[in-house]
Amino acid sequence: MSWLKRERTAIKPRAKPAPRSEVPEGLWTKCDGCGEALFQTVLEENLWTCPHCSHHFRVPARTYLGFLADPGSFAERFADLEAGDPLQFRDAKMKYPDRLRHAQRETGMKDAALTGVATVGGKPVSLTLMDFFFMGGSMGSVVGEKVARSIEVALAERRALIIVSATGGARMQEGILSLMQMAKTAALLARLQDERLPFLSILTDPSTAGVLASYASLGDVILAEPKALVGFAGARVIRQTIGEDLPEGFQRAEFVLEKGFVDRIVHRKQMRDEAARLLEFFWRSTRGFAPRGGVSPHTPNPELPAVDGRTGPDPTTTR
Amino acid sequence: MTTWLDFERPVLELEQKIQELRLQAAERGLDAGSELADLEQKAEALRREIYAGLTAYQRVQLARHPKRPYALDYIGACFTEFTELHGDRHFADDPAIVAGLALLEGQPVMVIGQQKGRDTRENLLRRFGMPNPEGYRKALRLMKLAERFDVPVVTLVDTPGAYPGLGAEERGQAEAIAVNLREMARLGVPIVTVVIGEGGSGGALAIAIADVVLMLENSIYSVISPEGCASILWRDGKKGPQAAEALKLTAADLERLGVVEALLPEPVGGAHRDPAAAAAAVKDALLRHLGALSGVLPAERVERRLQRYRRLGVYREGAA
Repeated sequence: MSWLKRERTAIKPRAKPAPRSEVPEGLWTKCDGCGEALFQTVLEENLWTCPHCSHHFRVPARTYLGFLADPGSFAERFADLEAGDPLQFRDAKMKYPDRLRHAQRETGMKDAALTGVATVGGKPVSLTLMDFFFMGGSMGSVVGEKVARSIEVALAERRALIIVSATGGARMQEGILSLMQMAKTAALLARLQDERLPFLSILTDPSTAGVLASYASLGDVILAEPKALVGFAGARVIRQTIGEDLPEGFQRAEFVLEKGFVDRIVHRKQMRDEAARLLEFFWRSTRGFAPRGGVSPHTPNPELPAVDGRTGPDPTTTR
Repeated sequence: MTTWLDFERPVLELEQKIQELRLQAAERGLDAGSELADLEQKAEALRREIYAGLTAYQRVQLARHPKRPYALDYIGACFTEFTELHGDRHFADDPAIVAGLALLEGQPVMVIGQQKGRDTRENLLRRFGMPNPEGYRKALRLMKLAERFDVPVVTLVDTPGAYPGLGAEERGQAEAIAVNLREMARLGVPIVTVVIGEGGSGGALAIAIADVVLMLENSIYSVISPEGCASILWRDGKKGPQAAEALKLTAADLERLGVVEALLPEPVGGAHRDPAAAAAAVKDALLRHLGALSGVLPAERVERRLQRYRRLGVYREGAA
C-alpha cells in the first residue's frame, strides 16, 4: 500500500468507460495498448478489450459484474454502507468527506466496492467487485467491511466467494483503520478455509499493495487478466531502492504467473466460463458446497454448464 | 552522523552544563548544591515542557531515533536464554527479522522481531529492518512451531515497511504478508505484539496479528510513512510533518481509535534515554498480558482474536 500509493499518478484512470447504458452512440476510444481508434460498440461487444491487441480496459465494478455473474442473478447487498471520517483527515487540497462526495458524484457509487449475491454458471456465489474509478479503488473501512460481509454471507449461505480486485491499495485518508481491513478480511478468510468453501480471487488492472497483501493473494484459485499490474511495492520505489532498471514486464500478470503467484491468466471474454468451470469442480467434490458430513442447502441447478465449459453461456452473446 | 534531534538539544545542553558544574565543584571542593538544584529544576521543567507537547512528527523522529533500543535490545533485557533460530526452509534466512526461543521469567516463549542495524554495515545486512518474504515466512514457520509445543508468541514491531525490492516481488512479498495475516489469526497459542519503534504498514502488520497489541509511547503505527503520504497528497515529500499530523499515527492516537489495547509509557525523553526502564515496562506488560491470556481456552482465544479485528472500521449504515 504505502509504497505503491506513490505511483498513483501513473495508474490514474484514463479513458474512463462509463457504465454501458450511459455510453452515447458513435464514440471512438483510442486503445491504450495499440493506439487503434475503436468504435464504442465494438469495445462493448468485446467486453472492453481491444480486438486488435487484446488490451483490457479498466471498467467500473458494475460493468464487470455484467461480464461475470449470470444475467439477472445479482442481488446487491449492503448498498448503503458509507465511509465515515475517523481521522477528520484533510490534505493540502481538501477534506476527506469532500473527496468522497466528489468520487460519489463521478462514479455513482457510495464507495469503491459493489457487493451482493449471484450465480456464476448456476453456482451460488457471494461477490464483491472493487471499483478503481472510486478513489483508485482504495480500501478503507467500507471496502474492508463489504469484503468481510461477503465472506460472512458465503459462510452463512454456503456460497462460493468471488472477489474482483481493482485497486491501488489501502486508503490513506482512513489511516491505520485502512491497514486493519487487511487483518479483518484475512482473518475471516481463515474461517472460510476451515469451512471448506471455495474462494476465487480475480485480479484486474491494477491489483496492488495492501489489497494484494491480504485477500487478493489468498484465493484458493487466483485468476488474473492479461497484463494486469499485480505487485506489492511501486515500481518507482523499487527502482530507487535497488538503483537498477526493472525487467521488461515487471509486475505484469504474466511475470507474476511465471514467478508462481497466480494460477491462470484469463482473457475477460473467458472469465465467466473459467470461473464457472472452477466452481463446478468444487461444487461436485463438496456435493453442492455442503459442509463436511452435512447436506447442501442448495437445490441443484438442472441447467449446469458442462465441466469443459464449452456449453456454458457465451458472454459475448448473452450480453 | 547526527545522533541527537533538534528538539532534544536544549535539554542535553543543560544536562551537560549540570554535569560540568558538578565535576568542577568536586574538583575544587566547592559547594554548588543550591546552584545545581536550581539547574536540575530548570532541566526538569524544560524536559516536561518539550516532551509534553511533542508534535506527531517529533514522535516519528523519536520512533526512528538512531539510539532507540531495537528488538535485540529488548530481547536481551526482558528474556533469558534467547536462542536464535534461522531460515524459512525454502530460500534464505532474513536478518531483518530475528526470531527464536527464550525464557520470560522461566517460561518458554517464541520471540520474533524486526531488527534494524546500529551502523552502516549492519544496516546493509538487515536492510534497515525491512523484511523480505523469507523473513515473514521464517516468522510464520516459528509461530507454527510454537503452536505445536504450546509456546506463546511475542512479536516486536520495528520496521519502516516490507522491503521494496525486485527479489522481494519475485518471491511474493504480498503473498507472504497475506498468509501471515490469515495464519496468525487462527494460531492456537497466545500472541502479544509490542510496537517498539516504527510500525510501517503491511510490513509491520505481517507479524502483528495478536490477542493484545501494545505500543510504546513514542512508537508509531501507520498505513503509510508520513513522507510517502505527503508526496502523494501534498505532492511534496517534505510535508511529512503535516501528513504525520493528519495520519493520526502516534500511540495515543491508536489507543483512541481502539486499534491497540494500551500505550506503555516511556522514560522522559524517550526509550533511548533510559533503555533499562523502557525494557522493564515492556517486560512487565508482557508478563501481565501473557498471564491473562494463558487462562483462556485456545478456541475462545482465537474467536476473540477474530472479533478483535472484525470490529475495526468506521462507516455509516442505513443513511438515506
